[in-house]
Amino acid sequence: MSVLINSKTKVLVQGFTGKNGTFHSEQALSYGTKVVGGVTPGKGGTVHLELPVFNTMNEAVKETEADASVIYVPAPFVLDSIVEAVDAGIKLIVCITEGVPTLDMLKVKRYVESSGSRLIGPNCPGIITPDECKIGIMPGHIHQKGKIGIVSRSGTLTYEAVAQTTKLGLGQSTCIGIGGDPIPGTTHIDALELFQQDPQTQAIIMIGEIGGTAEEEAAEYVKSNVTKPVVGYIAGVTAPKGKRMGHAGAIISGGKGTAEEKFIAFEKAGITYTRSPAELGSTMYELLKHKKML
Amino acid sequence: MNLHEYQAKELLAKYGLKVQAGVLATNANEAGEAFDKLGGKFAVIKAQVHAGGRGKAGGVKVVKSKQEAIEVTQNLIGKRLVTYQTDAHGQPVNSVYVSEDLYPVERELYLGAVVDRATRRVTFMASTEGGVEIEQVAHDTPEKIFKVVVDPLVGLQPFQAREVGFKLGLDSQQINQFVTMMLGSYKAFIENDFALFEINPLAIRGNGDLVCVDAKVALDSNALFRHPELVKIRDKSQENERELKASEFDLNYVALEGNIGCMVNGAGLAMATMDIIKLYGGKPANFLDVGGGATKGRVIEAFKIILADTSVKAVLINIFGGIVRCDMIAEAIIAAIKEVHVNVPVVVRLEGNNSHLGGEILSNSGLDLIAADGLADAAQKVVASLKK
Repeated sequence: MSVLINSKTKVLVQGFTGKNGTFHSEQALSYGTKVVGGVTPGKGGTVHLELPVFNTMNEAVKETEADASVIYVPAPFVLDSIVEAVDAGIKLIVCITEGVPTLDMLKVKRYVESSGSRLIGPNCPGIITPDECKIGIMPGHIHQKGKIGIVSRSGTLTYEAVAQTTKLGLGQSTCIGIGGDPIPGTTHIDALELFQQDPQTQAIIMIGEIGGTAEEEAAEYVKSNVTKPVVGYIAGVTAPKGKRMGHAGAIISGGKGTAEEKFIAFEKAGITYTRSPAELGSTMYELLKHKKML
Repeated sequence: MNLHEYQAKELLAKYGLKVQAGVLATNANEAGEAFDKLGGKFAVIKAQVHAGGRGKAGGVKVVKSKQEAIEVTQNLIGKRLVTYQTDAHGQPVNSVYVSEDLYPVERELYLGAVVDRATRRVTFMASTEGGVEIEQVAHDTPEKIFKVVVDPLVGLQPFQAREVGFKLGLDSQQINQFVTMMLGSYKAFIENDFALFEINPLAIRGNGDLVCVDAKVALDSNALFRHPELVKIRDKSQENERELKASEFDLNYVALEGNIGCMVNGAGLAMATMDIIKLYGGKPANFLDVGGGATKGRVIEAFKIILADTSVKAVLINIFGGIVRCDMIAEAIIAAIKEVHVNVPVVVRLEGNNSHLGGEILSNSGLDLIAADGLADAAQKVVASLKK
């Protein structure tokens, strides 16, 4: 078992024939992902990477019976692409593109919520179940099939956690990069819920960043809903407060969102945390040893 | 991207909001002429900078004559204004907004809106306690802040605005004005991709009219591609020079006050690198995300920007070579160091694809580079290099 994707997941690529779409599809194919084709409007009927290209998602889903899609289209077209994927009945939509306008994401979020689809991203590395399926831009070779579920807002910091858990032989069940944007399709809490239900996942590493209150909410969630061991880390202790305009941001956050506040929330929820990004793996290793789970 | 007060007011006026009248002046003579043009007994000279807290910092002055308008403007323009919302260097004052004097007023209200991450909605906030202490009000008496969450499906509805108006204790005539104002500001928010909007204070004048005395607007930088007319009025003088230079090369740079320059790929790892430097007793000089493609050109530009900060005494390069191969990154680093004159210790940590090959290339380069194995080792080595 794993979370959301496995060796049977059939993936369509939106923005298939572009530079990013091509490069990362080649990588995914060589990792063993079942990429079944892609969509580039106007190039329907052609063949790319030995796979069929379609004009529309509807047509592509009908022909391939795909259940997931990955989006590499430029930011101005992301809203259009996500809605097209939802309407075509795609269950899992992974949006890699960065720079999506926030107001577009407000609409997307509203639309996805009222559908049966799930969105991961935007501005994220994607999702991977080691040795089975890789959807996104993460380097496949650092992963190892195993027992740790990883959820993170940051791309390269996820790789850090992956490399460390691989080195210690813990491996990963599934890694979900939820992306660093203010309005993510999938949140920390969504990922925690999935990992809690997944038998392969024995423990969870949760990586957050300053800003917003998603980590505080996730900590609350862990306290009452997650029985598996959780290791937390927050990046941005040294980040400057920065120049501000007006008060609205401060009023809405009520002074929350700093790294210290998030660590305190972890502490209150009984989450084991580390202040060193070099000790994500070793902290988990010690925790599992302590709990006699190794 | 932020707008100046005068730009925000001009934009909001197009959406039916009543704003305090004003004339922009870029020198003292223009300010004098503006005083005459406004024709009032008094006028208010407001420094145009991208920051709040101008009043307390001396950036807002009431003047009683043309001569005084000229003198006050002379003293403001060309200076840097330091407020509690700026950094220690402050913001340059290149223009002032000569505005009509509205005071005394009956009451000062607050109206603001942001995209709230927690509710994932545009959220309005209003309060009877407008003015400079609004954050304190929000902290001490949160019940005095009225919030309205807007569903993007239907947008802000008049009843929601009316509800706020009644909570603010407005009379029936003022309610109508307020509803127009709030609906107009929501329309402006959506049509122009605001990230933040604020009217503080929103004054009720002696005659009962509502007027925006100050206005702040921040735009979503991701959405600028669909607002070319707003990009034209961007005032780059209000932005950090090195940060601006970095953004030209798609590098994400933020200056800090320490002495260890950082070059990292990925925002999260860049923050984590700063944190671990601090954890080992060092002080990061900057945040710098070189992005996914750490090519020779970008590494060169990143070095130039980091070393332009004279307080930098050592540099830590931390690259997690995901799909990009570390041997290519190593070559980019060597080429960059040869091109840019680097005379401080450089610690390099390469992880990921072909990292051993990358390490070999670096150590065979003949350059004075310190190779590190892992994040902790890198942080320790760069901190130690300062003590030599």
